[in-house]
Amino acid sequence: MLDWAHFTPWSSLAGGLLIGVATAMLLLFNGRIAGISGILGGLLRPMAGGIGWRIAFVLGLLGAPLVYGLAAPLPPVHIDANIASLIVAGLLVGVGTRYGSGCTSGHGVSGLSRLSSRSMVATASFMLAGFVTVFIVRHLIG
Amino acid sequence: MQVLMALLNGLVFGLGLIISGMTDPSKVIGFLDLAGKWDPSLTFVMGGAILVGVFAFRFAATRPRAILGGPMRLPTARHIDRRLILGGLAFGAGWGLAGYCPGPALASLATGGSKPLIFTAAMLAGMAIFEIQDRLSAYRRLRPRRSGAAAALHGAPTLGAEGKIRKTYPHNEIMTPWVRLQSIPGQRNERQ
Repeated sequence: MLDWAHFTPWSSLAGGLLIGVATAMLLLFNGRIAGISGILGGLLRPMAGGIGWRIAFVLGLLGAPLVYGLAAPLPPVHIDANIASLIVAGLLVGVGTRYGSGCTSGHGVSGLSRLSSRSMVATASFMLAGFVTVFIVRHLIG
Repeated sequence: MQVLMALLNGLVFGLGLIISGMTDPSKVIGFLDLAGKWDPSLTFVMGGAILVGVFAFRFAATRPRAILGGPMRLPTARHIDRRLILGGLAFGAGWGLAGYCPGPALASLATGGSKPLIFTAAMLAGMAIFEIQDRLSAYRRLRPRRSGAAAALHGAPTLGAEGKIRKTYPHNEIMTPWVRLQSIPGQRNERQ
């Protein structure tokens, strides 16, 4: 059953295209993969090359809602998770993305774009775990 | 110039995340909730990004260098191992639990109140735990297993009387374990 009330094909497609453009530009101009967990994780590694561009990219991400807010009010968000869930989730995302060498951007967008079988397996893994977790939290516990 | 370009692309990436709806955890969970009322919007986010990405990566494959200079750093890892799958499963579980992945969490920090802050702090702690664990395991791999003459014969590192490690990779000098930890190049860096 589809959730037509929340389905936003056009804005989601437009946002996706923008994500694609940023990924393409960082790749072609800087020669770098726009993988958020990899960029962030590289900042925690003192030997990693090129700290400057990483900090700049993260600052751009951080500044995005402020720039968006200049043009239009930010879309409303709903965060159902409580504090304990957020902490457990954050730890899992932090350890998991570094252990698995990527997240939705690095494996999901860049990896699938270059038809990497490694990224396809990673994307299938995190999608599967996401589906199962939401099923457990929403339908078995909740 | 490279730093400015990275800043611009971080900004465009973040705007894309906001416009697409990825910064709303309930929308992400609506996509992951196959058994409930399913919101397929995120397939359009992925589809749009990959549509542009496919052409970008094809073009990038024909260029040896980036436009602003420096090598084209395409991932080289090919292997599919337990680490990749277990990491993906752990990430997916966290993603489903909170509705945040790393990009949207960062793009929500400035305006989202305390919840994205708590999530991001825990995520950075998780990444730090990985860094420490990764370096410790790299250190253990290089630690001496044999002692004395046998080790010298095989060229393996040996422990000096004061507990410091002698004649070890990557430097031919006496280093404390901590210095060695810092000097071991990342085993898993930049693999996607």
